[in-house]
Amino acid sequence: MNHGFFEKNSIVLLIGILIVVAIGGIIEIAPLFFLQSTIEKVQGMRPYAPLELAGRDIYIREGCYNCHSQMIRSLRDEVERYGHYSLAAESMYDHPFQWGSKRTGPDLARVGGKYSDAWHVEHMHGPRSVVPESVMPGYPFLIERKLDYHDMAQRMEALRITGVPYTDEMIAKAPADVVAQISPDTKEAKELVARYPKAQVRKFDGGQGAEPTELDALIAYLQMLGTLVDFADFDAAGPNLR
Amino acid sequence: MAPKEQVISHGVTLLIAIAGALGGVALTFAASDPVMRFHGLLFLVFCALAAYWVATHPRAGGASEQTSYMDGPIKVATIAAVLWGVVGFLVGDIIAWQLAYPDLNFNLPWTNFGRLRPVHTSAVIFAFGGNVLLATSLYVVQRTSRARIAGYWAPWFVVWGYQLFIVLAASGYVLGVTEGREYAEPEWYVDIWLTIVWVVYLLVFLGTLWKRKEPHIYVANWFFLAFIVTIAMLHIVNNLTVPVSLTGTKSYSLFSGVQDAMTQWWYGHNAVGFFLTAGFLGIMYYFIPKRVERPIYSYRLSIVHFWSLIFLYIWAGPHHLHYTALPDWAQTLGMTFSIMLWMPSWGGMINGLMTLSGAWDRLRTDPVVRLLVVSVAFYGMSTFEGPLMSIKSVNSLSHYTDWTIGHVHSGALGWVGMVSFGAIYCLVPWLWKRRGLYSIRMVEWHFWVATIGLVLYVSSMWVSGITQGLMWRAYDKLGFLKYSFVETVEAMHWPYVIRASGGVLFLLGGILMAINVWRTIRGDTSVDLAEQPSSAAAPELRPGTAAVPAE
Repeated sequence: MNHGFFEKNSIVLLIGILIVVAIGGIIEIAPLFFLQSTIEKVQGMRPYAPLELAGRDIYIREGCYNCHSQMIRSLRDEVERYGHYSLAAESMYDHPFQWGSKRTGPDLARVGGKYSDAWHVEHMHGPRSVVPESVMPGYPFLIERKLDYHDMAQRMEALRITGVPYTDEMIAKAPADVVAQISPDTKEAKELVARYPKAQVRKFDGGQGAEPTELDALIAYLQMLGTLVDFADFDAAGPNLR
Repeated sequence: MAPKEQVISHGVTLLIAIAGALGGVALTFAASDPVMRFHGLLFLVFCALAAYWVATHPRAGGASEQTSYMDGPIKVATIAAVLWGVVGFLVGDIIAWQLAYPDLNFNLPWTNFGRLRPVHTSAVIFAFGGNVLLATSLYVVQRTSRARIAGYWAPWFVVWGYQLFIVLAASGYVLGVTEGREYAEPEWYVDIWLTIVWVVYLLVFLGTLWKRKEPHIYVANWFFLAFIVTIAMLHIVNNLTVPVSLTGTKSYSLFSGVQDAMTQWWYGHNAVGFFLTAGFLGIMYYFIPKRVERPIYSYRLSIVHFWSLIFLYIWAGPHHLHYTALPDWAQTLGMTFSIMLWMPSWGGMINGLMTLSGAWDRLRTDPVVRLLVVSVAFYGMSTFEGPLMSIKSVNSLSHYTDWTIGHVHSGALGWVGMVSFGAIYCLVPWLWKRRGLYSIRMVEWHFWVATIGLVLYVSSMWVSGITQGLMWRAYDKLGFLKYSFVETVEAMHWPYVIRASGGVLFLLGGILMAINVWRTIRGDTSVDLAEQPSSAAAPELRPGTAAVPAE
């Protein structure tokens, strides 16, 4: 075919380009919205509780993804170092995904429960006070800052539009649930755990105040990462426990 | 009295600017978070200045407006490229030192690595690279079409609107406003602004092609057009988000998890493929032949290069997601196409290099040619390394390590950086009608400090990346993991120091360029004009060349 046809007609060239560059993306992306292996649900997965979501927003705000991945590859050393390889379902409520691309620091997909709250508080305040060789920046300002959660319900509504199954009740109770998650042994905390199974309720930053700090939110998020799916029960082959 | 058409164009432009300013006022006072108020204020200032400028500069109209090429917006983009380049290199080097000496994060939100790294990546890719592409594409499309740029205010809007995009994006990152998607961090409202600017850019570019007096569209313009159109597609799809509030900065990505990851790396790798490759290949296809005064080596190769490159690149994204929760078939497709991509990449490299046939001596005598040609050599090197790293078994070692960072920089500093420097050194005397650069010896210095910096950077990252990858998977004789994670961090220290030192050299080269460009623009007498080739001078000033407008 004579290439002059493309060279003499800018619109033909434009359409030609559009067709050629559209193909790869369509074939690689579109099926992911329909394939069982990428849309299946796994027992235990639930949307983030409001305090955890606020913590996740802080994680994104500070750019933690620049140095920490949340994706354990199916390689022997990774599974031994970090735990069970990450399932697609484990990031199904992650808007955006935070798989990362670089491990200047370790993977965090299953960091929940690995360290105590006190360790995290200390580590955020001065990373080298607990890990001398660390190159992580310090985040001492997080404990000083009151958490801004006035628009928690709006944030959850936006997520509901993207497909996260937040109920009307969850959205209505959003600001109250933020406080409930740092108020152990209360009726509100019990209701929170009923709404968000496995939610951990305590004052995460070790402080005394009744108001949540940004550090409360961030640690609440870190401590739940990778804890929702019970891998003692999980069966990759069978449908009943997925 | 200007014709009716010009009066309408003038009035409409003014109205748009005033409407924008009012929108800025609204956001400044009514936005629900402080960053949005600040950005509303910036938008207000931008639109008010635009309205003032348009109001005080009525169009003359008639044929006199159309007599010459329109170089004003190109000059702005060229200067912006040089300035943003220095800023981008500087921020990059600061964060490189932060990784070697973490106290340099200063425990403050605005100075921590996590917020500054997107400032660096956006500054070098979009601010430096983007302005180079704006300048060169608008320059090349006019000359190769023998037509003045389409539009009167539109090209100015593209160039200044793009600078506003950069300022909104970068100031947002520092203040903690980000979508958290690599190389696509700007929030939803900044994305919308960029979309508007980009569509006008496409129309200006296409409009210029429609006015062309040459029957054929020159090969450089195919690449520029593919770059503009594909970036529009990638940008829009990857940035589909749901804003929390129309008066707030925060939004959530429409997709999640594995679909989001695939979309992001379809975007991410093609930001490399189309922004940092196709666009800069357009530069290669114009500036190398122009500078060495030789035709492109092979027309047929350029056709094969073009179509195969743009078709194959789009598939390469999944190689960023090997061994993840992305289905295996997609990973394998990504790997296969990445390997196939080696061929068109090297085809393009050969086409660029062989253009020097019969003029190889220019490599020795003209450092600008050396920048352009060495850039193509680095292009060849990194497009060989890329397919290698996309192989799953290699990737299992290299992924998540500094090897990736080194690879990116051999492409970014070696290919994109060097070809941009070469193009800027060509453009500045051509645009400002000078007989040559202020100093070609400074270009020689720039070339060598940048090259040494680059070699230090890339080699130290090979060492740290492969070291860390091997340490992560090392087992002791009892079958336990041999190293804790933090031991691998400790091993990175000296490579990080060497890398950051290489960065200092690269930054130094950028500063030399800024001085040289500034003195050339100012019209300072060239200190070594005799050493510069005739193609260094503006076309109008070359002996034996027709003054205007044909080239």
